[in-house]
Amino acid sequence: MAQVSMTVNGKTVSGEVEGRTLLVEFLRNDLNLTGTHVGCDTSQCGACVVHVNGEAVKACTMFAAEAEGADVGTIEGQANADGSLNVIQQAFQDHHGLQCGFCTPGMVMSTAALLKDNPKPTEAEVRTYLEGNICRCTGYHNIVKAIMAASGQDVSAIAAE
Amino acid sequence: MYDFEMIRPTTIADAVAALGDEDAQALGGGQTLIPTLKQRLAMPSTLVSLGAISEMRGVCMSDAGEVCVGGATPHAVVAAEATAYPGLAALAGHIGDPAVRNRGTVGGSLANNDPSACYPAAALASGALIITNTREIAADDYFQGMFTTALEEGEIITEVRFPVPEMSHYEKFVQPASRFALVGVMVAKFADGVRVAVTGASEEGVYRWTEAEAALSDDFSAGALADLTVSSDGMISDLHGSGDYRAHLVKVMTGRAVTAAA
Repeated sequence: MAQVSMTVNGKTVSGEVEGRTLLVEFLRNDLNLTGTHVGCDTSQCGACVVHVNGEAVKACTMFAAEAEGADVGTIEGQANADGSLNVIQQAFQDHHGLQCGFCTPGMVMSTAALLKDNPKPTEAEVRTYLEGNICRCTGYHNIVKAIMAASGQDVSAIAAE
Repeated sequence: MYDFEMIRPTTIADAVAALGDEDAQALGGGQTLIPTLKQRLAMPSTLVSLGAISEMRGVCMSDAGEVCVGGATPHAVVAAEATAYPGLAALAGHIGDPAVRNRGTVGGSLANNDPSACYPAAALASGALIITNTREIAADDYFQGMFTTALEEGEIITEVRFPVPEMSHYEKFVQPASRFALVGVMVAKFADGVRVAVTGASEEGVYRWTEAEAALSDDFSAGALADLTVSSDGMISDLHGSGDYRAHLVKVMTGRAVTAAA
């Protein structure tokens, strides 16, 4: 066991981890931040996407010890300070960008990473960026629509909800 | 996954020392190694993470005009910063998916030498120099078959130097589930000739298609490939594509890479 400390959603946290402890296990089991989901556990599905030093990573394919000293962001840190949904979360709700919701934490975190680098993505850019996030409910149309809306673009011409 | 001790050295020297232990293994970005550990296909006693070694990260230009990439540089950084070599930046920017590109590293990819990985094609087509903690290895000598390289036990890729071609392009036929190349071809046109590296096709891993290199060195156009044939002998054959299909794709991808080269 080794000591690890990092900043998660702005708070300094620490804990004891094994070498093999995954970042997602530390977040979910030690910090009780269960919003980050484990879908496939093979780095395919993207349900576990979090931000490490501002960049989207799959928390199931990174060790907790490798996040030593890092600034980690999870879905729990996405809401506005008053607890209301942020722009991306609200757009997912408004445009029915989820059904079962299992993939949604990863979708929202990937979206935040995309819009940080590319504030007005095209529909094609959104679909390309989401290659590492799998949703088995929606067929992606409403997710893409929500992301376009979250970026402040007109979505009236995008496929019906 | 079996447990192991995790070490995060901050210098190459400390990493080399830690890798001297029996059953110690280097960890790059972990995008292949961590899934491998989860399947209990590897059982290191110690994992030596290379991610905290700042001298192994970053992209720069050498005095000779090569693009130099630190061994622990993630694909996303190469995609953004290797602007002097657009074909390389584009290749790096299409590996896996965005989250994978933020973790996976050039050194990790080349050390693993997956037969369907993208970076081996870039290194071989560019005639890159693989620099380790002990020596420099020419790409032509480095790749020695599927998952096999010239690296010795405990040897670390600290840097890769890519000569910049006049024109280049990597054309990848994506296997959409894994996002690896079903077949990928990197074409690089230098002043003294054309190099063509093929990944995803051969059971021996990445290789140079020398017949295409000769034809393209005379006439750099997709039409120059018209009379060439690719044998399916030794081609990977799996549920995603037969050996015949991969052989067919080698020529198609090469032609597309030549047409798109810039």
